[in-house]
This record gives sequence, C-alpha cells and structure tokens, in this order.
Amino acid sequence: MASEVIETQEMIIPAFEKHEESGRKLAIICSKGNLDMAYPGLILGNAALGEGVEVHMFFTFWGFEMITKGRMEHLKFVPVGNPATHMPQALMPMPGMTAMATKMMKKSIADLDVPEVPEFLDLITASGGHLWACQMSADMNHVTIDDLYDGVEGIINAGAFIELTEGAQVIFI
Amino acid sequence: MPTTTISGREVSVDDEGFMTEYDQWDETLAAALAAAIEIEMTDEHWRVIHFLRDDFKVQGETPTIRRITNTGGFDTKQMFVLFPKKPAKKMAYIAGLPKPHGCV
Repeated sequence: MASEVIETQEMIIPAFEKHEESGRKLAIICSKGNLDMAYPGLILGNAALGEGVEVHMFFTFWGFEMITKGRMEHLKFVPVGNPATHMPQALMPMPGMTAMATKMMKKSIADLDVPEVPEFLDLITASGGHLWACQMSADMNHVTIDDLYDGVEGIINAGAFIELTEGAQVIFI
Repeated sequence: MPTTTISGREVSVDDEGFMTEYDQWDETLAAALAAAIEIEMTDEHWRVIHFLRDDFKVQGETPTIRRITNTGGFDTKQMFVLFPKKPAKKMAYIAGLPKPHGCV
C-alpha cells in the first residue's frame, strides 16, 4: 500500500534499531531443576529475544530437568528452607507440602498467562533462541540428545559454549 | 502528551512515538508508521495488525506474541520474519496500540 508523504522532521519514531546495531548477545546458564528457578531464565531469555537480542541458553547440572523429556513438565517448587514463602518452616517438610506448593505456584503462573516449561521452550526456539545441553551433565546422567527436548541444538562442552557466546553478557541461574 | 504529524495529520503519541488514541488510527496512518520503521506492508502484515486491533478492542490490552500465536493462530517464527527483531513492539507501533506490558 502506497503511503502519503511522511513529514519525517516532525514524526517521533521509536528507537527500534538500538540493539540490532549493537549486536547484543546474551548467555543464560540454567543450573537449577526447581520450578521456581526455571522461570527466571525462560522469562529473561524470551524477553531478550523480543528485543532483538541473540540468546543462547546452556542447561547444566540440575538445569537438565528443564530440557529432559518426561521430566520437564513435572518440575516442582519445594518450600522447605525458603523463608520467602512466609509459611511456618516446621510444617514445610510434611508429606504433600511440595505437591501443594507446586500446584499453587503453577496456578499463579498460568493465571498470568505464562506458559509451562515445554511450551515456553517452544516459544523461545520459535523466536530464534538457541538451546544447548552440557556435555558433562549428559555424561553424568547417561543422557543422549534423544532424551532431550527436540529444540536442543546439541550437547556441547563448557569450552564450546564459552566460545560461541564470545562477547555475550552472562546470566547464571 | 505530544502530538506528531503523520501523513499530514495531527495524531496523539507518547514520548516514544506510539499512538495513544485508538480511534485516530486508520490504514493510511498504519502504512506511514510501517514505512517509518522500514516495513513494507503485505496482506500477511495486515492480517496480523487487524488481529491486534480487534483483540485490543475486546481485551483492553495489546496482545503478546504468545497470544498472537495461540489465539490469533499466527506462527511465532513468521512474526519475526514479518516484523524483524522486535515483533511485539513493531506490530503494536504499526497497529497504533501501546507496547505490550506483560513479561511474556
């Protein structure tokens, strides 16, 4: 559709190109397997992709829970030893508390229209994010690429990850 | 709130240049906004923009990429092709809507 003459001098145009020109790059290292520790990385990674930032996520140690088929949809929130729940700590180790706390947290997340882990990874990969699994963790757990979420591009060692994230800002979770 | 002149018309915008009055928008303005950020509108672009407008009217907020995918039935990858690098913000800008404010 042909547009009319734009009076560019007077038009306020958002600075969309800022990050595109800077070539900004983000490396997010996910090392935890709890539900509540999975989300910070996913949310930041997805937000960065939406801003045109190149994103590489590296899953290591317990972070494998986030990308292992059959486990990634069952992450748990463990309230034991977490004073931020504002619940009596003596009750937290009781049977059923983790399941209840997990259920409540999942509901709060869903109420905000935020996806569960597998769908979140779908969103991140569709947005151009790169997912990598840690070689040492895979060896420790006897896991191969077939056991992992399909969007994981490869199992690589720490050196390879450092190499491909040259110049990136790093977030360790 | 500043105003700016787009296609020879005075429109209300915020400090960044996003339109603030839903009813001031039309396709001629949208094409001018798109041109300003170097996007050439195709039928596919228009379908997305109209979904955003319709959804905003009902929901009262700009849909996120996830909503555009799940509710609108558009492909996430394709959104990054049509509106490169910053799809959510670019499509909101062209649709004359505020930036989406959800985190996801």
